[in-house]
Order: sequence, then C-alpha cells, then structure tokens
Amino acid sequence: MSMETGSALINKEERVKMVEKEFDWDGLARDIRRDILRILTKAGSGHTGGSLSIVEILIALYFKKMRHRPDNPDWPDRDRFILSKGHGAPALYSVLARQGYFRLSELDSLRCLCGRLQGHPYCCNTPGVEISTGSLGQGLSVANGIAMAGKLDQRLYRVYALLGDGELQEGQVWEAAMTSAHYRLDNLCALIDYNKLQIDGPVCKIMGIEPVGEKWKAFGWAVRQIDGHSLDEIMDALDWAEREKGRPSMIICNTVKGKGVSFMENKVDYHGVAPTPRELELALAELSGGGDA
Amino acid sequence: MAMLGTRDVYGDTLVKLGAKNKDIVVLDADLSVSTRTAKFAEAYPERFFNMGIAEQDMISTAAGLATCGKIPFVSTFAVFLAGRAWDQVRQCVCYSEKNVKLVSTHAGITVGEDSATHQANEDIALMRILPNMTVICPADGIETARVIETVAMHKGPVYVRLARCKFPVIYDENYRFRIGKSDMIRDGSQATIIAIGIMVSHAIEAAKRLSEEGIDVRVINMSTVKPIDVKAIHKAALETGAIVTAEEHSIIGGLGSAVSEVIGESNIPCPIKRIGVKDCFGVSGKPEELLEKYCLGVKDIIEAAKDAIKRRSRPCPSA
Ligand SMILES: Cc1ncc(C[n+]2csc(CCOP(=O)(O)OP(=O)(O)O)c2C)c(N)n1
Ligand SMILES: [Mg+2]
Repeated sequence: MSMETGSALINKEERVKMVEKEFDWDGLARDIRRDILRILTKAGSGHTGGSLSIVEILIALYFKKMRHRPDNPDWPDRDRFILSKGHGAPALYSVLARQGYFRLSELDSLRCLCGRLQGHPYCCNTPGVEISTGSLGQGLSVANGIAMAGKLDQRLYRVYALLGDGELQEGQVWEAAMTSAHYRLDNLCALIDYNKLQIDGPVCKIMGIEPVGEKWKAFGWAVRQIDGHSLDEIMDALDWAEREKGRPSMIICNTVKGKGVSFMENKVDYHGVAPTPRELELALAELSGGGDA
Repeated sequence: MAMLGTRDVYGDTLVKLGAKNKDIVVLDADLSVSTRTAKFAEAYPERFFNMGIAEQDMISTAAGLATCGKIPFVSTFAVFLAGRAWDQVRQCVCYSEKNVKLVSTHAGITVGEDSATHQANEDIALMRILPNMTVICPADGIETARVIETVAMHKGPVYVRLARCKFPVIYDENYRFRIGKSDMIRDGSQATIIAIGIMVSHAIEAAKRLSEEGIDVRVINMSTVKPIDVKAIHKAALETGAIVTAEEHSIIGGLGSAVSEVIGESNIPCPIKRIGVKDCFGVSGKPEELLEKYCLGVKDIIEAAKDAIKRRSRPCPSA
C-alpha cells in the first residue's frame, strides 16, 4: 500500500507559478485530500467526510486570499481564519503544513499521544490556530471578537470563519449572527460548508435549516450561494465579500460531503470514521492524478 | 459599620483602570446597570460592548478580542456567566488560555427576593473545576478594588465573584492582595474559620463572640479559592487542630470542598465543618432572612466551631 506523502511544501517557484495561473490547483486539492485520508487512516479515527468537503475553501483562503505569514503566525495584521467546525481539523492541518506553519511530516502524528496535532484544533500548541474549537457553535462569536478588535485598532485585516451546515442548529450561531450585523462587521466573512449532511442523517431530516440564505439575509448579512468546490467561484465570492461595506458577508458553499472519493461522496457513514487501509488504497487510487473523477 | 457594594467598587475600579490601560474592553449582557459596568460604558463607549441577552456569544466574543491583545472584562449575573456559558468558558477561555476576566455579580443566596433562578450557589464549583482558571471571591469593597487591579495585570483566565448586597468594610486602604495568598485576619489557637465573601465578616463577628466565651479561634480570608493557599490550610490544621469553612455557596464543590481536599490529602488529622448551602435551591426572601434560613449566620459559625473543636482527636493546644 502506498503511504507516500504528496508533493512537498509549496516553494517559492511554485508561488510564482500560482500567481501566473499555471499552477496545478486540482493537483494541490488532490494532494490535500490524500493527506487527509492517509493521516486519518494512520490515526484510525477522525472525521473524513467533513474534511474532504472543505478542501477547496481552505485552498482559496490560505493559498490565494488571505494575507498571512507562516513564519510569523502572530503577525498583528494577518488575516484570521477560524475553523468553527473543528472536526475538519485534518484538512486544516494539511493546509497549514503545506503553507509551512509546521513540517509536513508532523501530519503523521495526528491524534497521537506523541504529537501535538490534537483531534480538534488546539490553539495553544498548533501554529496558525487562533482558538480551540471542537464544541460546535462558538467560532463565529470568536471571529466577531477578532473583527471588533480590528475595528477598535483600525487594522485592515479580515476575518474568516467556516461553519458546518448542521452546526447552524446551535443557538449561539444566531446570537453571533446578530452581533456581526449589529456591530457592522464588514471585515468579517463567514462561510458555510453546505454539504447537506450531519451525523445522524441529512440536515433537512434532522433539523432543517432552509431557507438558509433568507435567514442570514433577515439577520442583516450580505449573502451569496456558490459551488464550494469551484476555486473560481470561491475567489469571486471572497472578493465580493471584501467590497461589501457596513455589513458582514456570508458565503453559502454548496459542497459534497466526502468529495473526491466516489464511495464516500454524500455518505453519512463517512462522517466520523477513518478509512480502513483497504479503503485508503482505493481512495488514493482514485486521487492518483489527472482530472477529477 | 461602613458598608460598600463590591459591584459598585468594581464599576469604579474599571473606570480608573480603563483610563490607564487602553487594552481593557468590557462586555455585558443587558445587565450593565446592575453589574455597574455601565460606568465604564459611559466613560469609554467605544470600548464597551453590550452583547444583548446572549451570554454564550459574549464569552466567545471576549475570547476573540483577547486573541488580539485586548483584556476583556466580561460581566453578568453569576448564574448566567458561570452556568449558561460554561462550555464557552471551558473551550474558548480556559482550554484556549485566553486572557479573559469573568467578573460576576449577584452570586450566592444574598441575591434575595429574585429567588432560586437567580441565586448562584454553584458558580465556584463550576469555575474551580476548569483547568487554567483562577477563582477569586473578595471579602469586602476594599479587597474588590485590589482584586480587580491585580487581575487586570495578571495574564490568564480569572473568575471573580461579587455580590448584589453591600458588604461590611473589613480592610483599610493599606490592604494588599496577592493571587493565591490568603489573609489571616485574626490569630487563634483552638480552631480556624476559613471564609470567603460576605462570610468573612460573619466569621470575624463569630470569633469575637467565641472569645467572649473563652474560645480562641483564627480567622482566614481565603479570597483566592483557586489556586488555594495550601500552606495556610496546613498551618491552620497543625496549629489549631480544627477547621470551619464558611461560604455563601453550596457545600459541594466550593471552598469547603477545596479545603477538605487539602486536608484529606495531608497527614494532619483535623476535623472540618462546612458552612454553606446544603445541596438545595433557595427561595425568595431578604438577604438577612435567607442567611439565617440556610444556616449561614454568625450563630451557625459559632456552633460549627464548637462542634469541630469537640470532634478533634488531640486536646486543644491551649486547653
Ligand atoms: C456542541 C457540540 N455538539 C455535538 C457535537 C458532536 N458533533 C461533531 S460533528 C457533528 C455534526 C456536524 O455537522 P455539520 O455541521 O453539518 O458538519 P459536517 O457535515 O461538515 O461534518 C456533531 C453533532 C459537537 N462537536 N459539538
Ligand atoms: Mg454538514
């Protein structure tokens, strides 16, 4: 079974290529998905589906949109990202490692007693993680606090928060939604990973959230709904959000839970289980290159 | 006896600190008039955030502000701060090690007429169990000022417990407070009363009356419940041989539990009697009436001291 790490860290040359648009973004997304599957299998537990569904969103933010310095994670003017759905940690860790926040080899220690990469993001030891998450529903409030501090200090950074669709069932999310609009936090952009599934089944069956866009609009947000696996659409929406003045913006990203692995896509069973070694082999084969299946 | 509201002192101290330290921001959840953070709001409106009746959002927002170097003071009633938003305090503040100061008012049974829904007799237990949390309950207005000044300089999560009613003033302006250091208000040889909050002044009165009966007791103000002053507890057990704890909080999980844990793990045999709310909810009433009903009065402390002295395995040092 192949357990090789995907392509190494993004180097300077590749950065230049990225700007010149020759960069193989699909390849990067595949590499990150391979990281996720590999480290989850190695750990023997963790959240597969909801990690695979946020890959393009994280690429757009960390590789394209956000101003941040992996060699200086505390840079006061950095754009901030909060993974409110903390169980998406494997995807975040892969992206942080590939951006140089820590070594790629460290990914292998996910969920290990010997390593620092906790099952859910832990801010006190993991560079690039602003706040610990895992208990759902709290990240948007934290993002609000950071956006409020940015306004107080007249800093120009922007704040991004990524929430799950099931997570919207938490009451605190709507408390926070009111706060963002009340304090006119136009330096804040939230994204929803609208993969239509939660643990016990489809979101619409467990506790429906529709009409979700109308809800956010009614709470005073600028709202857009896009394809959350299209980098171009995500980038367009992030640029649109930056132009929005006087109110926060919400990008509802239509995604596929388990994206990229045919037998995991739209399967509620892959929410909180790691692939078996056999499943990993099949999945890596699907992700081994050229064109998205 | 002069009386001072700990929450009044809190509001005034915040305003003073806010003038010097521009990183201080204050959050409240529609109780700013009662918690006295309204004074700060009036002085520095741009650094005050009323979060509406949304305590969970308030705590996590404060943590976000703290990630940017702000020093958030977060206030509401104790029952809502420690209870309603406990998971947020746990994950965003304690586990994330954010420099957030939680200052609750209206703690304990002395909330009075508003009844059990508003009487937080569990908050110390809820906050004490959280890793990285410091828990402080000042004994009077003077100490409250020192505590607020101190925690503003201290890095890390702190929970400060204040009350609705006014407390008798027991300290003068020379009083110095240090986190984790208890204060022996009166020395004694036959038993030690370890108290917090309003119970400290009751303990002082009880000690006075006991001395009139020829019983000599020590009084310790254990304002920092966590990290608790282990040395002072060991010393009290060794030198006086009997301990009474007194708190306006459940006898489960608060000061009485903390002191019992220290003695239980020591090799000093020492009977302990806990004064506190005995695992029940309160009712409406005037604060003084409730203190009496729930056996938190001076006479209850006196009885407890006598009981503890009776149960000691060694003779009184002075007997
Ligand atoms: C407060 C809280 N309740 C329950 C859980 C357990 N839990 C973890 S993930 C999850 C489902 C999340 O669904 P969704 O937000 O749709 O995430 P995704 O589909 O992206 O995995 C639940 C209930 C939790 N982490 N936090
Ligand atoms: Mg979902």
